[in-house]
Amino acid sequence: MSTFFDWQIFFKDTGAGQTYLQWLLNAWAWTLLVSICAWIIALILGVSVGIIRTLQNQFIVFLGNAWAEVFRNIPLIIQIFIWYHVIPSLFITLRHVPSFILVVVALGLFTSARISEQVKAGIESLPKGQRQAAMALGFSNFQTYRYILLPLAFRIILPPLTSESMNIIKNSSVAFAVSVSELTMFALQAGEETSRNIEIFLATTCLYFVSTLFVNQLSQFLERRVKIPGTFGGDK
Amino acid sequence: MIQINNVSKWYDKFQVLNNCSTVINKGEVVVICGPSGSGKSTLIKTVNALEDFQQGDIIVNGISLSQKGIDLPKLRSRVGMVFQNFELFPHLNISENLVLAQIKVLKRQKTEALERGLKMLNRVGLSTHKNKFPGQLSGGQQQRVAIARALCMDPIIMLFDEPTSALDPEMVGEVLDVIVSLAEEGMTMMCVTHEMGFAKKVSHRVIFMDHGAIIEDLKSADFFGNNKKISPRATEFLSKIIQH
Ligand SMILES: Nc1ncnc2c1ncn2[C@@H]1O[C@H](COP(=O)(O)OP(=O)(O)OP(=O)(O)O)[C@@H](O)[C@H]1O
Ligand SMILES: [Mg+2]
Repeated sequence: MSTFFDWQIFFKDTGAGQTYLQWLLNAWAWTLLVSICAWIIALILGVSVGIIRTLQNQFIVFLGNAWAEVFRNIPLIIQIFIWYHVIPSLFITLRHVPSFILVVVALGLFTSARISEQVKAGIESLPKGQRQAAMALGFSNFQTYRYILLPLAFRIILPPLTSESMNIIKNSSVAFAVSVSELTMFALQAGEETSRNIEIFLATTCLYFVSTLFVNQLSQFLERRVKIPGTFGGDK
Repeated sequence: MIQINNVSKWYDKFQVLNNCSTVINKGEVVVICGPSGSGKSTLIKTVNALEDFQQGDIIVNGISLSQKGIDLPKLRSRVGMVFQNFELFPHLNISENLVLAQIKVLKRQKTEALERGLKMLNRVGLSTHKNKFPGQLSGGQQQRVAIARALCMDPIIMLFDEPTSALDPEMVGEVLDVIVSLAEEGMTMMCVTHEMGFAKKVSHRVIFMDHGAIIEDLKSADFFGNNKKISPRATEFLSKIIQH
């Protein structure tokens, strides 16, 4: 077996003053950075658009729906190419924006559409009486969302939100297409340079797996923390 | 205190309220009854503007609801409402349920709000449950907390929408007792209910609705008396629910 797996490869110099291990870790950091930045954008926009889609104002709801449909229905890789190739040729000032930023924006907007869908569904799944009870006590619309509807909806959508967060890490792999040197880029290039595809891809896969597993664990911890006593699954 | 003047409401072509008019005076207890779908819930929800209407006007404590730009949250904060399904906030414990609106809407201090909340909780006989969550209480207990929550806001009137119809029979009494004691203290109330024994006991007046219209608006004694003052439609309704 020792000839089949050659892990020494990771301590070899790449020729650019670092080992393959250093490159791998560096690539992992880029993957995480892209994912985290995109996730922040996705969460802020997704929650806002999701809320907007549950308001009474027809026009605002239309805008929110349009947002969701546009970013949800175009393949992610196409969206990234649009941000990379099309938009800079339309707006000259965007020509020097680093591809890291473009990828973060593209992935963030793509995911925001999906999160908005979950937020909307979460809010709409709440009993209608909760909103009425809050209004009847004199809460403003904002307060009704802030103190009642969102805390309840958040608990409901935590599981789908988790898979969305895991998706964002996996989807960040498309960043290689616009030359961000993240994990997938590493796997392709290092695999080719060293001809040790098995080790390189195993290591890469492992890091994706560890990252998403961490998100999953974190979310399960959060789920236990926010469980409501006296409800299904909560303490008695 | 509350004037409902020729109020009509439509959902598209379907008329839910048909030219409803009545007056509720301070200290009066008015029971609203009628068949399912007759518009009872809709009528009482127009009083705190949870439902809008297209014609007529409602005047609550001198404020006309048909005006534009009135401060609805402020008005609603003074009109207590109790729902069929309790609608306590499940993610907040009982104390938090009682104080949240006092703090956020009435801008009371935390300690003052809590003091008021516990006083009302004591009033409905549930002081020992202040740290529990709604899901840990029985239906009857939840409804009593919901009443306490409304009372915390010092309402000028209380609206009840079938407060006991989601309860198991053995819990109906404990909730009605609370409402009866409120009535005895002189609280102004509008109560949609099918509990006719209770209605007879506490109400000053009974409103009978059918197809969105107020068919009867009578003194309780006249409504329940044997003197054929009420319409055949209401008689038929009464005989039906008394059989059950
Ligand atoms: N959002 C809505 N859109 C269309 N019709 C509605 C809507 N809400 C209520 N209705 C209709 O309005 C009518 C009156 O409803 P309401 O809830 O006021 O009746 P109710 O007297 O309270 O009945 P119940 O005893 O069943 O509670 C019903 O026929 C109902 O179907
Ligand atoms: Mg009703």
